Amino acid sequence: MSLSTVGDTKNAENATENAKVALTVNGRVRQLELDPRTSLLDALREHLHLTGTKKGCDHGQCGACTVLINGRRINSCLTLAVMHADDEIVTIEGLGSPDALHPMQAAFVLRDGFQCGYCTPGQICSAIGMLAEAKAGWPSHATADVAAQTTALTDAEIRERMSGNICRCAAYPNIIAAIRDVAEGDRG
Amino acid sequence: MATMTGQPINRIDGPLKVSGKATYAYEHWDVGEPLYGFIVGATIGKGRIVQIDTTGAERSPGVRMVMTYRNAPAQGPRDASIPSQYSRAYPMLSGPDIHHYGEPVALVVATTYEQARAAASLVEVEYAVLSGHFDFAKRLDKAYAPKAVNAGLATDSAVGNFDTAFKSADVKIDQVYTTPYQFSQPMEPHCCLAVPNGDDLTVYVSAQILAEAHTAIASTLKIDPLRIRLVTPYVGGGFGSKLGIHGETILAALAARALKEPVKIAMTRQQIFHLVSVRPATSQRVRLGAGRDGRLVALGHDVTMFTSPISEYAEQSATSARGLYAAPNRLTRHRLTALDLPRGEDVRAPGEAPGLHAFESAMDELAHALNMDPIELRILNEPKVHPEEGIPFSDRRLVECMREGARRFGWERRPAKPASVRDGRWLVGYGMAAAIRGQFQMTSKAKVRMGPDGIAVVQSDMTDIGTGTYTIVAQVAADALGVPLDRVRVELGRSDYPAGAGSGGSWGASNTCTSVHRACMALREKLRIGKIPAEGMEAEGEIAAMSEEPNYKNYSIFTYGAHFAEVGVDVDTAEIRLRRMLGVFAAGRILNAKTARSQLIGGMTWGVSSALLEDGTVDARTGAFVNRDLAEYLVPVHADIPEIDAILLDGFDGKANELGAKGLGELGNCGANAAVANAVFNATGVRVRDFPITLDKVLPALPREV
Amino acid sequence: MRPFTYERAIDPEAAVAAVSKAGAKFISGGTNLLDLMKLEIERPIHLVDISRLPLKDIKEEPDGGMRIGAQATNSDVAADIRVRTRYPVLSQALLAGASGQLRNKASVGGNLLQRTRCPYFYDTAASCNKRDPSSGCAAIGGINRGHAILGASDACIATHPSDMAVAMVVLDAEIELLDADRATRRIAIGDFHRLPGTTPHIETALKTGEMITGVVLPAPPEGRQFYRKVRDRASYAFALVSVAVVVATERGTITSARVAFGGVAHKPWRAKEAEAALTGGTATMATYWAAAEAAMAGATGRGHNDFKIELAKRTLCRTLAHAAQEN
Repeated sequence: MSLSTVGDTKNAENATENAKVALTVNGRVRQLELDPRTSLLDALREHLHLTGTKKGCDHGQCGACTVLINGRRINSCLTLAVMHADDEIVTIEGLGSPDALHPMQAAFVLRDGFQCGYCTPGQICSAIGMLAEAKAGWPSHATADVAAQTTALTDAEIRERMSGNICRCAAYPNIIAAIRDVAEGDRG
Repeated sequence: MATMTGQPINRIDGPLKVSGKATYAYEHWDVGEPLYGFIVGATIGKGRIVQIDTTGAERSPGVRMVMTYRNAPAQGPRDASIPSQYSRAYPMLSGPDIHHYGEPVALVVATTYEQARAAASLVEVEYAVLSGHFDFAKRLDKAYAPKAVNAGLATDSAVGNFDTAFKSADVKIDQVYTTPYQFSQPMEPHCCLAVPNGDDLTVYVSAQILAEAHTAIASTLKIDPLRIRLVTPYVGGGFGSKLGIHGETILAALAARALKEPVKIAMTRQQIFHLVSVRPATSQRVRLGAGRDGRLVALGHDVTMFTSPISEYAEQSATSARGLYAAPNRLTRHRLTALDLPRGEDVRAPGEAPGLHAFESAMDELAHALNMDPIELRILNEPKVHPEEGIPFSDRRLVECMREGARRFGWERRPAKPASVRDGRWLVGYGMAAAIRGQFQMTSKAKVRMGPDGIAVVQSDMTDIGTGTYTIVAQVAADALGVPLDRVRVELGRSDYPAGAGSGGSWGASNTCTSVHRACMALREKLRIGKIPAEGMEAEGEIAAMSEEPNYKNYSIFTYGAHFAEVGVDVDTAEIRLRRMLGVFAAGRILNAKTARSQLIGGMTWGVSSALLEDGTVDARTGAFVNRDLAEYLVPVHADIPEIDAILLDGFDGKANELGAKGLGELGNCGANAAVANAVFNATGVRVRDFPITLDKVLPALPREV
Repeated sequence: MRPFTYERAIDPEAAVAAVSKAGAKFISGGTNLLDLMKLEIERPIHLVDISRLPLKDIKEEPDGGMRIGAQATNSDVAADIRVRTRYPVLSQALLAGASGQLRNKASVGGNLLQRTRCPYFYDTAASCNKRDPSSGCAAIGGINRGHAILGASDACIATHPSDMAVAMVVLDAEIELLDADRATRRIAIGDFHRLPGTTPHIETALKTGEMITGVVLPAPPEGRQFYRKVRDRASYAFALVSVAVVVATERGTITSARVAFGGVAHKPWRAKEAEAALTGGTATMATYWAAAEAAMAGATGRGHNDFKIELAKRTLCRTLAHAAQEN
């Protein structure tokens, strides 16, 4: 039996000892000393100052904190930073910059897929993760026959698959248009 | 030079927003490492703190301060005589009394967020609970008439003799509609970063109107406004909830000044439900009396809503009915009943959203009773002048919106008989409703400076809360100065810039842009006669409040629209889903066709949401909002919103301002809910008057399929 | 969130040994546990991270069934083509739950152990026998639109929020457990979740220190499978009522049927009475309604949730009709 322990259990009631963790974020290894309670979201925002990832609800109910872990989209608010030492983390900042936008970012600008912009990084990361899932043949709740080998990525499919990202400004139709542009670009 | 104004150009702040580089209030790292504050809220609805033990929290690791009413600095009092509640002081932790559930009882400040949150749970409070009033339905009989309603509008209005005319009308509708507590819930939580510098204070605040926030902060902290600087380059949504500041801003400022270090506080999503704006629940009686030809003879709208006893707020929900349709006998009234709940505040389209929900549902009921097309009924009752004030309309295009919408939507395919169209397991129905929203003009200032490099810098304390302000200001300035768009830089959201109108009441775009236009025209005149010195040449532009503008007295200046919705209702389960929706709007000159459409689609989605989903529920035993998170307080997700489109009629309302532009941030949310509700009736033949229309309210009336 | 120490377990045996300390808890996807820890509802002092354990495999079993590792994510299971073709009801149920992001993180084991979404359970200021035994149940007499209509008690009317578990119930899944003594056992999913009775804080048959290592699905039952979830919002919302069915018909007669409900009870609710009413009957609406009445014979509303009784009946009838028509 072998365990890697951080923190000191006997003082747990009073204090936590910070844990050393190396996070690979946007291709760069970042050494951090973190309170084990730190969510991945707070580690990104408050420790690495990567504030593009947003805190909307902190409980997995809005999707604003969506990042890609090893290519898969997750809510960074509902996971601890110390759990991600071996992962490739990609945030909105790792996708593109204002001068060199990722195609999904550019499509959001063109289609006006946002208003206040606060849910936007999460929508974009989610959209990229979602297209990878669709490409891998994953069905969704909108899929009539989950046993079918392939599913056409209709607007209804995109909407269902993007439903974990709330936009209170309700740019929904424009977001779908942006994602469709990118999806069709990928196909063509 | 090609005209930029109106062009559907991309948002100029778009690349920053999509790449995560737009900095919101909580995200300014150039000020150094801040301390973190966490608010502790009361767990009773009414009563008094009898004991508060902070020792456990104070001993908790990393804690720098625990603030309660016992050690909070003295603050300015709430002054109800100041007309705008958002300019009033907003004292926190000012005494042991608890006025509503969740009210802050302590602030914990610590080195890290994790430490602050953990220590907050160690603050022990003992309360003496008083019995409070939390049940709206049970307090309707205690309603009183306020002196005025929101925006200073009259509490009551009466024309002719409503009672007599209604009594003798051939066809009558007399129904009560109820709307629930609703919350703005912008995606960016209410948050603040306060940075002290000696006696000065910089406040990174998430606010819609900086001038009001500035006044409120200064009068709460009792310090010279000149010592306080507000910075708000981006706001993650407001929808009324950031018109004023709230507890997190004052608490961060108090703590930062006491500790002489930067302090930041974000409300948790759960806290926002108790500490920020709630749209009051309403009970609305609508009475319509018409002749058999459909002509209205009597129109009555009585609204009762809750108010906080310590901060009165009356949504102007019956005022839409004053200008919408002609009728010789009219009566509109607002009443309030006090409940021990958080204070009511503006939530997107205050007044119109709940008011039109009821009123335009009643119009649909009348059309059904008359066996008339709902559009024809409305056209028949189209007024020639404002039906209560008698003044002419500046630019009324409601009929055009309805006709154009009907044509584009395929209204002629509407099932004439309710519950008569099936598509598989779905009952399908169409509904429509009219939209109306007042145009407001507030004082607004802007400054423009042209440097020798030919770059024009426009400055205003105006905010961009997702409305597209940066972009439309650049478009208007480029046209006024006669320069290409890339020669204009727009700087917003700092209290040291000239005070704009702020983002609220749909007035931001037209007011700000008019003052920007005037500043640019003044600069252009200066440029015509002089050369630009090294430090640049500057000019200011300003507009006066509507009370100073004769047009706003002599004309009824409104925006209009028509909503069309198609819904499906599951024949077995009564699940209600929107299938498609269209809005056609007239709001004068459109400043950017792309961002305007986006805002209207957003507003319409709010209508869908209020018709079908949003429902703040109070536990009448405790005064707590029970469904206080985004898993239980439902707002639409992608799957709820299929095809929605908004069409803008080309226009120019020269009576509103020289740009001919009017506001539209809320117009999309005016009446959209009623269109959806009317579609549910058309689909099912079931009329639900207790909003939102959830499946449990429709199910009992849907026949079983056996 | 209270302070805790964290360790990552290297293998299952190490994990169960590590969790034997007082106040220790497993963490896997974290999507429910961290949610509750932030609200001080769960207060572990030590977390044992089991998310990297080699328990992610989704394998075929010699008897024609499948074994799903407890650490497989909800997404992995829903997307597995063998699950999709042989156990479509499971894939459908998983895809009806939560969001894409949450499914990518949430594990199968964690999904089974999800705690209720009762708002009073979530409010540490409210009385809740589940969170704080003997404190009372604020949902009774409170806002209870989402609450249980079957198997509830005067101590608790909460519901189990899982979609996945409802499908597993009609598939007669077994849950594989490992304890601190390295002993393994299997328990039928129907026996795993408990009714509240007087001890609503005891939610499952899991013993202290036991860890879920996998879920075993017997060979697919005969018939057509279907999962139907009814909710207020079109997606990303908990069920008001959900139904999982497996129905086999032969020449218009129902030869076998399995029925379970979600969103109606403290556990995924297997409706054996409905199954009995269906088996041997004709595949007609009259039979479905008889089954629905049988399923809901013992149902009681608490006020706001009364509608669930009729909703559950209608949803069952329609789901049965849908499943039977394409047999």
